[in-house]
Amino acid sequence: MIKHETIEKNIGLMVLLIIIVISGGGLAEIVPLFFHSSTTQPIEGMRPYTALENEGRDIYIREGCHVCHTQMIRPFRAETERYGHYSTANEDVWEHPFLWGSKRTGPDLDRVGGRYSDDWHRAHLYNPRDVVPQSKMPSYPWLFENRVSGSDTEAKLKVMRKLGVPYTDEQIEDAQEAVSGKYEIDALVAYLQALGKTHSEYSNKR
Amino acid sequence: MSAFWSAWVTVITLAVIFGCTWLLFQTRKSETHKESTDVTVGHVYDGIEEYDNPLPRWWFQLFVATVIFGLVYLALYPGLGNFKGLLGWTSTGQWEEEMQHAEEVYKPVFAKYAALSIEDLQTEENKSGLQMGQRMFANNCSVCHGSAGTGAYGFPNLTDNDWLYGGEPATIKQTIINGRNGGMPPWGSVLGEEGVRDMASYVLSLSGREVDPDAAQRGETQFQALCTACHGQDAKGTQALGAPNLTDDVWLYGGSFEAVTHSIRSGRAGMMPAHKDLLSDDKIHLIAAYVFSLSND
Repeated sequence: MIKHETIEKNIGLMVLLIIIVISGGGLAEIVPLFFHSSTTQPIEGMRPYTALENEGRDIYIREGCHVCHTQMIRPFRAETERYGHYSTANEDVWEHPFLWGSKRTGPDLDRVGGRYSDDWHRAHLYNPRDVVPQSKMPSYPWLFENRVSGSDTEAKLKVMRKLGVPYTDEQIEDAQEAVSGKYEIDALVAYLQALGKTHSEYSNKR
Repeated sequence: MSAFWSAWVTVITLAVIFGCTWLLFQTRKSETHKESTDVTVGHVYDGIEEYDNPLPRWWFQLFVATVIFGLVYLALYPGLGNFKGLLGWTSTGQWEEEMQHAEEVYKPVFAKYAALSIEDLQTEENKSGLQMGQRMFANNCSVCHGSAGTGAYGFPNLTDNDWLYGGEPATIKQTIINGRNGGMPPWGSVLGEEGVRDMASYVLSLSGREVDPDAAQRGETQFQALCTACHGQDAKGTQALGAPNLTDDVWLYGGSFEAVTHSIRSGRAGMMPAHKDLLSDDKIHLIAAYVFSLSND
């Protein structure tokens, strides 16, 4: 018979019981996902990001785009009408880390690729109010001045391969050359245009 | 989910729930002295004592209620491994229902307007069709072309009856469906900086601007040699190529001398994305009707 006092007065026992209770959630909700085909097998026909797109993704993270933009279209009509097919786990198997985000100040970007022209993205990132007068998104003019060095692009792709993204030796060898000399804006726009375009399993017609 | 993981999830989930319930009841203070509140647990710190009262009944019952809620929820909704729940609910199923409901409600509306030509949609009686087009324009097109369709730097004004690719209803529809890829090559290396400025002078003179006549004269010779293939002998443009009319003083990338030299020197590559994979045919039809109305009302 455990008395409340027994738990309260034996901090070791309380810690143990707390761990057991909390790990129950993780064991039931998280652990099975590592073995589930829908979360470990990429969707049919998916390609990894190119070296340039991958650099753009890092700029997306650096600039904190994921703080205001999600990449997670939920299965509600209001969302699929606006953004396209709802997001599925097998599209994000190669996302390290995933960029689902948790709050939308701006719109979802999971399938923004191809919706706007490169020129529009450049104008919009230089000064969002030039194309969307009411926008409260910050301007990112330095992306047009800084260049991607590419010195660590190869290493980044190698890490991605270690994490399971199927980059070929050739892609890794050519990585630095593919990005060197490009401006950061080129990389970021390439990444944005690739979002939702790395496979064509879903119809995004609405 | 394999049988193993299904069992794994089920066993752990139920074990945690029943474990918490067991703990709750095991550690529950006996209610023997619940009437008297003057019994203390016996310790005194700085003169502060602790009453040995049971958890308030409502509080205890809330715990029990959460356990019952959890079990009822797991019976109704999917949560225990492969068990689908008595309601058979899924998030995608709910989405499909929503979509089907919308299809039933809106399909006849769209079908009514899809049967009409874009010209017929301009009439007063079909005004609500154009209003639908306007709203879809606001959602899908205004980001580049502006909420009133008046365009922006690099994005064409749709209200001025000046068309790069043509303003007939069928052409507008084609533009939306397949997108457009404008391509003016850079001439800086061919013409040299002087040549670019001469050319800009000539081009501006076509719209009646005051320019250095000698420079314009030199520019014209080059224009006839290099530019007429796309912009036409008379510089009025070629809609099949999206080459703009240079004589109407309408400028996509600005009409200042500097802006025009920049266009000539570095070229331009305006691009409108194809919408055939983004919007249904019926929606494109109504948007095209609205765009057509912008310069024809």
